[in-house]
Amino acid sequence: MKIKFKINGKAVELDVDPETPLLWVVRDELKLKATKYGCGRSMCGACSLHIDGDLFRSCSYPVKYAEGKEVTTLEGLSEDEEELHPVQQAWMEENVPQCGYCQPGFMMAAAKLIEEIDEPDTEDIKANISNICRCGTHPRIIKAIKRAAQIKQAKTSSL
Amino acid sequence: MNSKVLFLICFCFVSILLLRSNAPMFSQEQADREASLQAFEKIAEVLRSPRCLNCHPSDDVPRVGDDSHKHLFGVVRGDADHNGPVQKCATCHQKENNTYTKIPGAPHWGLAPIGMGWQGLTDAQLGMILLDQEKNGGRSPEDLVKHMSEDALVKWAWDPGEGRTVPPIPFEEFKQILQTWLSNGAHVPE
Repeated sequence: MKIKFKINGKAVELDVDPETPLLWVVRDELKLKATKYGCGRSMCGACSLHIDGDLFRSCSYPVKYAEGKEVTTLEGLSEDEEELHPVQQAWMEENVPQCGYCQPGFMMAAAKLIEEIDEPDTEDIKANISNICRCGTHPRIIKAIKRAAQIKQAKTSSL
Repeated sequence: MNSKVLFLICFCFVSILLLRSNAPMFSQEQADREASLQAFEKIAEVLRSPRCLNCHPSDDVPRVGDDSHKHLFGVVRGDADHNGPVQKCATCHQKENNTYTKIPGAPHWGLAPIGMGWQGLTDAQLGMILLDQEKNGGRSPEDLVKHMSEDALVKWAWDPGEGRTVPPIPFEEFKQILQTWLSNGAHVPE
């Protein structure tokens, strides 16, 4: 079945089984490897990406539902290739990752969080992101999300 | 036999006749009410199924599974009954059951409004809430029957995917019971 959608701003048309999880289409067909396979049960969040601006677990999202939609992965999070997204900047400043495997999912969730909550506190972050990091980088993730919110606000106010 | 005794006998006979002539009307009304209440009892059995009750919690946490345990991952009601602004019900639950991840799904997956929380209610309390148009989304009894007979999320309860029990009454029978309840006056216990 042919399915058309946009991925990181680029229109694509793919002939795939409509029940294929979007995760595998993104990784294996489109060769975008930031989005990770973790639990395969929609629990850990490693496969998180955005569809039409909302957060989804791509391991449990059949690609047929992506028809006509805009999918964003970590590779397309920044709208400007010359400038990192505030979440990417903050992640580097705070040296968040350890093994790094789960981080793209966390970063996609964090990007959505700072869109919804301008100045998230620790409770906001814990209540709204349920991703799992087996390395235990959560304290640095929390710091980075607060920092990302500051960077975003600074960018917005300088416009 | 004196005339007073004769009068009393005639009076009793006529009274019995009159009572008997009224009896069928009274009985029909009672029978309808009884039929409706019996139907409601069966409806309540279905509504107490984990498939229905899990998304009609009386607090802000969805329940999961046949043991109705609290949903993991900090999932809560949120402002619009669809979890928070970042992770929504639809973050994981799509429009149909996912046979790959086993995550259940149906259109407009989410919680019923807090006013329609059913946990721990008696039949009478359940009936009162169901008929309360301020709590049931302004639905008449006819609307309620339509909702319970046609809504995709309600119908999901009978096709919940592997590992989940269905309500105790088959769907087609449930629809007939709903009609019986409605056509006999939509009574609920007092």
